[in-house]
Amino acid sequence: MPAPSFDRVALPHLDAAYNLARWLTRDPTEAEDVVQDALLRAVKYFPSFNGGDGRAWLLRIVRNVAYDRLTARRDGGTVPLESSDDEEVGPADYLRDPGDDPETALSRKQDRAQLDTLLAALPLELREAVVLCDLEEMSYREIAAVIGVPIGTVMSRLWRGRRALMRAAKAGDA
Amino acid sequence: MNDDSHRELRLLVQADCDGELQPRDAAAVAAHLEDCAECRVLQRDLRATKAALRDEAPRYRAPDDFRRRMEAMTATNAPRPHAPAPRWRWGAWFGSFGLGAAVAAALVLLIVVPRDNGGVEQSVLDGHLRALQSDRLYDVASTDQHTVKPWFAGKIDFTPPVKDLAAQGFPLKGGRIDTVHGRAVAAMIYGRAKHVIDLYVWSQPKAGDAPSRDLSRNGYNLVTWSKGDMRFWAVSDLNREELDDFVRDWQAAP
Repeated sequence: MPAPSFDRVALPHLDAAYNLARWLTRDPTEAEDVVQDALLRAVKYFPSFNGGDGRAWLLRIVRNVAYDRLTARRDGGTVPLESSDDEEVGPADYLRDPGDDPETALSRKQDRAQLDTLLAALPLELREAVVLCDLEEMSYREIAAVIGVPIGTVMSRLWRGRRALMRAAKAGDA
Repeated sequence: MNDDSHRELRLLVQADCDGELQPRDAAAVAAHLEDCAECRVLQRDLRATKAALRDEAPRYRAPDDFRRRMEAMTATNAPRPHAPAPRWRWGAWFGSFGLGAAVAAALVLLIVVPRDNGGVEQSVLDGHLRALQSDRLYDVASTDQHTVKPWFAGKIDFTPPVKDLAAQGFPLKGGRIDTVHGRAVAAMIYGRAKHVIDLYVWSQPKAGDAPSRDLSRNGYNLVTWSKGDMRFWAVSDLNREELDDFVRDWQAAP
């Protein structure tokens, strides 16, 4: 059984790589730069690829390149909507606006443009968790491997990201 | 219900929505939801949010020109576990003289592509599989050879012969530019029932005519031949007999 080629391990995930880079950088040109750098790094690291999940392997590299670039530009510090990871999960106080149903709110046509704006406005760490889970449809375990944090942290970031989306959707609705 | 356990429960309700729970834990969540209106609302909202994200937040696709650049870039730079050893000695040799890796690889390609069927065969198969996996089988979808042929003009440095074999049971489906060993080549796509045949063509001056040669790799069948200044590779999961029929019909067609 020959070793898998780089073409077959990494290139099938080019869309996933681009999607993640695009959401992290929020800029199409920057996203291409990130993916290109990531592929060059991936080519270099490929001899040490252990034959596991090619998508998680590539996305981890994409993510690290994106963070390096964002840090270099000091643009990683988007004003956070929430504080650090150990924040109390807290009561579901987004529920407290009376008489509104986020299901209908979110499905209304005029909110559609808004949802990707809201997602793009999330703090970087929450945004990446939500993108990997809901757009890339990765499991908690895969997301933890990409981000390099424990599964519990993935769950907490997902919760905070989604709660912020649900709150913001309601606020925009009021 | 104190706050701490409810905090855990929220994460469990979320994990349930994300399909992450074992059946026993999912059942425990379901039992809790029976009694807890707040968590029921939470479950509903989380599901709605997930569905809305899936439907409404774009999953961006790599632009086609960017994809082609990346494929060419990695084809030039990527290590090739399948590569026969001599190529790597060449690569190391060029590398040791301080040429950039890309330049060395490009030189090696010039030397190797015409002869080295082992590497070409794998590269052709890789291209075929990549196209199937990425749903990017055609750059131009047309059953009309007079549409497909001009489409290639200006995109590659030669004019591939395009033939429709619908009458022989192999209808033309379209064409695309693919990469074989870092080089842009023409690929024509033909159908046979539910099977896809990729016919790769590139120019190979002074190649002369060479009769068809059958190969197979990883369960795929390949046929290669050359005619005039063109090298041809057909690859498909079609059975050997029908792929040979295809090649015979293609060669015979005007």
